[in-house]
Order: sequence, then C-alpha cells, then structure tokens
Amino acid sequence: MIRINNLHKSYPIGKDSLHVLKGIDLHIKEGEFVSIMGSSGSGKSTLLNIVGLLDEHDEGDYFLNGQEIKNLNEKKGAVLRNKFLGFVFQSFNLISYKTALENVSLPLYYKGVSRKERQKIALEYLDKVGLKDWASHLPNELSGGQKQRVAIARALVTQPKVVLADEPTGALDSTTTDSVMDLLKDINNEGMTVFVITHEEEVADQTKRIVRLKDGIIISDTINVQRNPVKTV
Amino acid sequence: MFDLDRWREIFQSINKNKLRSVMSGFTVAFAILLFTLLFGVVSGLKNTFEGAFVDDAVNSMIVRVWKTTKPFKGLQSGRRIQLKNPDYDYLADKYESKIDLMTARIFKNFSISYNDKQDNYSVTAVHPDHQFLEKTIIDEGRYINQLDINESSKVIVIGRLIKSDLFGEKLALGKRVNVGGISYKIIGIFSDDGGDNEERVAYIPVTTAQKLYGNNEYLNQIRIGYNQDLNLDEAIAFGNLIERDMRSKLDIHPDDQSALSVRNMAEGRKGVDVFMIALFFIVVFIGSGTLIAGIIGISNIMIFVIKERTKEFGIRKALGAKPSSIVGMVVQESVLITTIAGYLGLTLGTYILSLIGNSLEKDYFIKDPSVSQGLVIGATFVLIISGLIAALVPARKASQIKPVVALRAD
Repeated sequence: MIRINNLHKSYPIGKDSLHVLKGIDLHIKEGEFVSIMGSSGSGKSTLLNIVGLLDEHDEGDYFLNGQEIKNLNEKKGAVLRNKFLGFVFQSFNLISYKTALENVSLPLYYKGVSRKERQKIALEYLDKVGLKDWASHLPNELSGGQKQRVAIARALVTQPKVVLADEPTGALDSTTTDSVMDLLKDINNEGMTVFVITHEEEVADQTKRIVRLKDGIIISDTINVQRNPVKTV
Repeated sequence: MFDLDRWREIFQSINKNKLRSVMSGFTVAFAILLFTLLFGVVSGLKNTFEGAFVDDAVNSMIVRVWKTTKPFKGLQSGRRIQLKNPDYDYLADKYESKIDLMTARIFKNFSISYNDKQDNYSVTAVHPDHQFLEKTIIDEGRYINQLDINESSKVIVIGRLIKSDLFGEKLALGKRVNVGGISYKIIGIFSDDGGDNEERVAYIPVTTAQKLYGNNEYLNQIRIGYNQDLNLDEAIAFGNLIERDMRSKLDIHPDDQSALSVRNMAEGRKGVDVFMIALFFIVVFIGSGTLIAGIIGISNIMIFVIKERTKEFGIRKALGAKPSSIVGMVVQESVLITTIAGYLGLTLGTYILSLIGNSLEKDYFIKDPSVSQGLVIGATFVLIISGLIAALVPARKASQIKPVVALRAD
C-alpha cells in the first residue's frame, strides 16, 4: 500500500538547511496497523506529512497504492488525498462553524457526492463512532474525545485506503485515549490500513507494528505481538 | 454555472462572520453612496446653470445704448445715444455672413382693453426673427411676419397671461383689442419658458410702432443671433467687433461702456463652460478617489479574511478540496457581498437624490439632482470587478500554500 525507498527531506532554515529525514525505507502492506514512535524532532511528523501528500519529499521514491508520487500539483494532490487518505490530527482540525455532521460530510462534498447522499453516509459514520445524537452540535460544544471521534468519522467517510493519525491522542486524557485507540483498532480489524504517529509507548503498544525513528533514520521496526515485541529487523 | 452546495457554503460563511461581511459590505455601499450623491449634486448644479439660459436663444447678443459718459470728437458727455433704422440696416448688411437672426426692439407700455376688461402691459415692437431669439412658443395663430413689417399692419401677438386676463377661457384669436387707443387684431397667442413676466407681454411689428407712435426711425435695442457655426471664442470676438464698430459709427468714445455695449450670451456661456469643466475634473478626481478608497477597503478586508481562514483552507485541502474550489468560494463570496452592497448604496443614493429634488434649488443652486443609470452601474461594475480581483489575488496565493504549512497557521 505504501512503499518508501531512501526518502530524504530537508527544510531550509535561513542559509542552512535542516536535514530531517535521512533515507527512510518503509513498506506498509494493506491492513497493517503501524505506529511510528519517536521523540519530537525525530522527523515522524514530516514522514506522516509526506505520506499524507501534505508535503513533498526531496529525494527517494514514494509509491502510494502502486502509484508513484512525484511532482504533484495541488490539484492532483487534492484528488489523491480525497480518494486514498483519511486524516486524524492531534488538534482535531474540525471547521469551527460547521456542525459535526457537516464536518463529517465535507470530504464527500469534495468527492462530488450529492447532498442527500452525503448526509446519509455522514450520519452512518457518526453513528459508528457513537455520536449520532451529537450530529447537529458545533465542535466547541463537544469534548476533546468527542471531537476526535468526529474527526475519525470524517477520516473514514470516504472509505480511504489508509488512515493517517498524527498524535491522535496527544490532546486527550487516558480514558478518552483508550476509547479513541479502541476505535482505531476496530477500524483496523475491518481491514483498513492505519498509520499512527505517537510518542506515547502505551499508544504504540496497542498497534501491531512499531517503527522507531531517531534523528531522521529508522532505528527499529518490530512486530508487536500483544505487548511482547519481537525484533524482525 | 449554478452550484447549490457552493452557495450553501458561502451563505454559511457569511452567516458565521456577520461582522466581517457587514464591514466589507458597508465599505462598498458607502463608496457607491458617496459616488452617487456627488455626481447627483453636480448634475443638479449643471441643471441650474443650463436652466438659466433656457428662455433665450444661446447664440443671442443685444446691442444696447444709454448716455455717453466720455466726451469724444468734440461732443460732450451726457449725450443720449439713439439707435435708428440705418444702424440696423448697416449691421445687417455688413455682417450678413455672421448673422443668422436679427431683430430690432422698441419697448412701449400700453393699456390694452377688450370689452370691459383692461390692464397695462409691456408691448415690444419687433422683427419676425425675435420669435426665435426669445424662444417664444406660439400656442395659437402665428407670429409677426415680414408682410406685417412691410405693410405696418396693426396686428398683435399676445402672451398667454394677457389672453387669460382679458379673455379668460373665451376665444381670443382674430378678435380686436384696443392698444393705447388704436385697434389691433390678435394674430397669435404665445407662451415662454422665461416665467410669468415674459408671458404678460405683447408683440407688434417694428414698422407699425414707428409709424403710429412718433413717426420716427427710433429703435431701443438691436438683437442679433450670431451664426451657430462660430465657436464661443469667435462669437465673443464678433460681439466685441460689433461693439467697436457701433461706437465709432455713433461717435462714441471707444472705451465708453456706459454709452453702448453688446451683451453677449457667448461670454456667459463661456464662463459656465469653464466652470463646468473645472467642476467635472474635480468630481472625476473625488469620485474616482472614493471608488479607490472603496476598492482598497475591500482588498484590505479580503486579505485579512483570507489570512484568517488559511488554516481552514488547509483543512479543506487535506480533505480533498482543489485549489480552484477554494478560490471560487472566496471570490464568489466577495462578489456577492460587493454586488449586494453596491446595489444598496446605489438605491439609497438615488433615493436620497429623489428626496432632495428641487428643495435645494433656491439656496444652493442644485436643481433636480440625478445620476445617469449608466454611470452608477458602471461604478458598481468597477467595484464588483475590484471585489473579484481583491479576493482572487490573495485567495490564489492562499490556495497554493502547501497544506502542511496552512495547517500550522493560526
């Protein structure tokens, strides 16, 4: 599903440039539940942004669903994101003046689904995350956990190939963290590829594969067998 | 291309940002309102000045005489100057090519009576061309003609108000009235845009007046309609030429304004023309300044709005919004607001102008102020286009920001 070979990325800082990703090789198959672990500055968010087509890489190859990602313009990027990817952000990134239902149905609008159909599907997904009764509420009327569940519903509504979650539990307490992680596990159990970025061990522990990143290179890539990691690389 | 969903998005956005929408709308509405009022007031001024000339032919000039105030060629000052028929013929012959219309005027006052009704009226003896120089409008019958002049006919053309004074609603045309003891036949009834005083006047042939009242060749004024092909400057020069020529012919000191002068409409018109041109430039300057202020206002607001919404655009793009859909949304919203606001400003401005109407005519010389539809629609159009560009430029820029950068914005 995702194949990355020798990926490099650096950011210009003044006259110098900061080399963030220094040759990443990563292959994620369909249906995997992968977490990228690393402290801040390790390059994990940069990796997710590149995988999510929110940013471009400098060097190396990136294949998403068999398609090489190279020199994308904003328009093509938008179409691919809409078609293949669902995003869950640490700060939720819901549109504040839209209700939960409208937020969830927005990706369908950009997909070109009719209004009636949009609302029906969006309501189904809100129901799936247990927030059917909150459909007409604005984001600021929801708790952090509820907001994140709306965001997850929004990520799923277009039935993407991969769900990308950037510190999905970063702004949540431990109880809601568990409920959000349970939700992601359910999604994965239904066959969806889930790609989580986190710096919390407890979160990474609930995924099936843990990739550790440090200073822009992968230092370990392990299969996580129910809190009994076995080294594979 | 009508996209209901797009419109829903726009109305939602306007609704959630009422203050901002109202502010940008207000900027546009106010600019258009000021623009409308400004041009309306100027058109009112123009109406007043043009109205001042409406009752006389615009190409008219009048040779008038009084007493000399300077001795000349051994003649003492204080001599009364008298125009006579030979002076009239002299001008008519010498300047034939430059003269379109010409009439002499002799002013009299007579009691005019019909049956038991009578009153005093001004009676002016004239040539046929006087009709066109005074812009006399014939309501019934006819004006004095050349035959009347040749035969010194006792015919009279009376003003609308004399007719109503003496005859009321009854038929007056063809009746005979007593003018200072002599019977005249009414051949015409006229009206005049110059006001009531000019409709309480009667006209008789010049020759008739000279023959019946003193049997002389005296004239009070000579009025000339110069050739319309002359431009204003040539017309003014022509007036000055006649003035000099007549002074020398009548042995008047060349600088003796009080003895003989030519009142030339061209001079007044020239003054008004210069004034209106100056006013026009001032108005164009202020008007375009107002529009530019409005345009800058919209641009400012749009830049701010788009900056504020950068993160939202980033979210939308992450969810699959194409740059074009974001640009389209912002531009459509901006154009919608400018159009509605522009229309409101225009309507309000025209309404205020219609309320003003003629109420400011006396004190401020503003008569029936109004603006041409074309001008205001043009101004609104300019603002709409500006609203479009004001939104388009920053929106395109914002839509090209990488989502990862846009999402970081706050």
